[in-house]
Amino acid sequence: MRVQLFGTCLIDTFYPETGEATVRLLRHFGVEVDYPRGQTCCGKPADSGGYRRESKKAAEHFLSVYGKSGDPIVVPSGSCASMIKNHYPELFKDDERLRDTARSVAARVYELSQFLVNVLRVHEAGLIGRGRITYHASCQLTRELGVTEEPLLLLQSLRGAEFIPLPDADRCCGFGGVFMAKLPEVSRALAGEKAQSVISTGADTLTGCDHGCLMNISSAIRENGSDVQVKHIAVVLAEGLQ
Amino acid sequence: MTDSTKSIPFRASAAKAVRDRGLRAALQHATGVFTVKRADAFAGADLELWRNEASEIRVQVLSRLEDYLGRFTANATSAGAQIHRARDAAAAHDIIGSILRDHGIERVVKAKSMVSEEIHLNDYLSRIGITPVETDLGEYIIQIAGEHPSHIIVPAIHKDRRQVGTLFSEKLGCTYSEDPEALCKVAKHILREEFLSAKAGMSGANFMVADSGSIVLFSNEGNIRMCTTLPPLHIAVTSMEKIIPSLSDLPKFVRLLPRSATGQVLTSYMSVITGTRKPGEATGAQELHIVIVDNGRSLIVNSEYREMLKCIRCGACLNACPVYRTVGGHAYGSTYPGPMGIVYTALLEGMEKAHPLLDATTLCGACGDVCPVRVPLPALLRRLREERVERGLTPPSERFGMAAFGVAAKSPSLFQYGQRAAGLFWPLAVKMAGKEVLDRMPVPADRTFRGRMS
Repeated sequence: MRVQLFGTCLIDTFYPETGEATVRLLRHFGVEVDYPRGQTCCGKPADSGGYRRESKKAAEHFLSVYGKSGDPIVVPSGSCASMIKNHYPELFKDDERLRDTARSVAARVYELSQFLVNVLRVHEAGLIGRGRITYHASCQLTRELGVTEEPLLLLQSLRGAEFIPLPDADRCCGFGGVFMAKLPEVSRALAGEKAQSVISTGADTLTGCDHGCLMNISSAIRENGSDVQVKHIAVVLAEGLQ
Repeated sequence: MTDSTKSIPFRASAAKAVRDRGLRAALQHATGVFTVKRADAFAGADLELWRNEASEIRVQVLSRLEDYLGRFTANATSAGAQIHRARDAAAAHDIIGSILRDHGIERVVKAKSMVSEEIHLNDYLSRIGITPVETDLGEYIIQIAGEHPSHIIVPAIHKDRRQVGTLFSEKLGCTYSEDPEALCKVAKHILREEFLSAKAGMSGANFMVADSGSIVLFSNEGNIRMCTTLPPLHIAVTSMEKIIPSLSDLPKFVRLLPRSATGQVLTSYMSVITGTRKPGEATGAQELHIVIVDNGRSLIVNSEYREMLKCIRCGACLNACPVYRTVGGHAYGSTYPGPMGIVYTALLEGMEKAHPLLDATTLCGACGDVCPVRVPLPALLRRLREERVERGLTPPSERFGMAAFGVAAKSPSLFQYGQRAAGLFWPLAVKMAGKEVLDRMPVPADRTFRGRMS
């Protein structure tokens, strides 16, 4: 089986090790990974900011890079995956030229945990884990993509690790893309509440499927003087391959 | 609509609210209780089906709103009510003012009504020498404090019982107590005298029923029944979209509204008022006026924002909103706060005034999930953000940045150049964007993922 990987801006720029972990995981389970060289951004930051024209430009580019293949597109981010899956068809609904491409690309998109569970059944592979792990359910992953069970199945399947549920796991951490820059005081307050909640679980690792949220929560955890590790779910799972 | 076009300083008010520990504790407690009670109240219910059914009825009404209003007017009139249509706040003021003056009214007992807040009715009444007395406990607290409601269902949600105790002892001259029951008794004693001596009562209406001409009201304190049945004159003020076709549709909203609002299966009182007091009836107003306010809604109903008018004012989206829960209603500087409030304020009061409120959402989607009538709030908020951009109301630096993004997103080489520049200029970026933002971000990696994949 072959997939096309979309690396996402945050992973590309700030967290390349998460991208590498994603590739290791997929290859371990026999998947050939194609990394299209022309990829840039899905357009999400412009889209949620209200910049429809700019978000359409990014989306058009995405469709030109990914539109030719029929392979599944794997995205290690709930918000980017939802942008492509839910917003692209809406962006191009009146565009005769790209409407069908937008729909077929959308249909090929999987958020990483979705692909690992529903296609590769990685939760049945008995990967090794360690420590006490808790999980933040990010907003677009949960409420736009409806991915609620898959990350839990993966984390609960880790042998040697203890999974601790996070209270109000699906409450927003205050990242919100542009929100973090526009209302930093409120964003920080929300991240602070989320960090308190993470610390209260006694977990030593926080994981999730979106680096935007994890980045936001991570800084609040540090501000609280806590040493809870923050890792993308791809990294947590890839550690179990060794 | 208001004439003020000065934009709401949301970031400053929100930053101030965030620092108010007492406010945040009160909000977290109250919204937390409502969230849990709501979930319990819907346990075992076929909530998705209920939402679909209610949403379909609301959509049907909005697609032929004037027809339904015509039917309501005809049926309410034959039941003895007098119907008035008010184009805007000023028209509503004139109608209500002249009814009260014709009857020589100087004091009116009022049940809670957000539409009366929207048209700033109390200020108007005071200006023409009529004293409005709010009789909902929360509204009463707010009124004697000289404030405005900070929640559409729980107007005094931002106050804890100690603050109410202090307020009562200062303004009402009673001995200080922070016991809710004792405070309730103080208000009850004062308000009872008001009810018994009132010559006129005012209320809102949760629903107008087209085929019976009835208005429907929900309450927990019994004050609405007092306001609407004890005085000989009753004026109900409501907005034009609050129509349901028939009494047989009412149960489909009764099962959703209290559960969504307060987590109750049913409120303590539900009144269905059809016209005036009939011969042989012991209570009920002898004269009933229903003032139906437009105030911009007939424009919304014909726009792409029509679905906002499905809203039944339960307040669930406020309780679910991470921003509302953190800053409370006053920070919004508008009649309606929270997700529904942002949309209403932008549509009713204009984008020039309301556009900073469009930042007050993380687009987390929690509001859309809890809405009992499926108002697509996240989509409406996003659409309004697009409109803000189209109308040039975002800062020039942001517009420039986004334009550059649009160019770079089409060119992998430019995009990588941007990433490399971000890495090189990171310390400068930290200085420019402000420490509070970029201090919370990691530094770019030495080698991008793309670089590592080559």
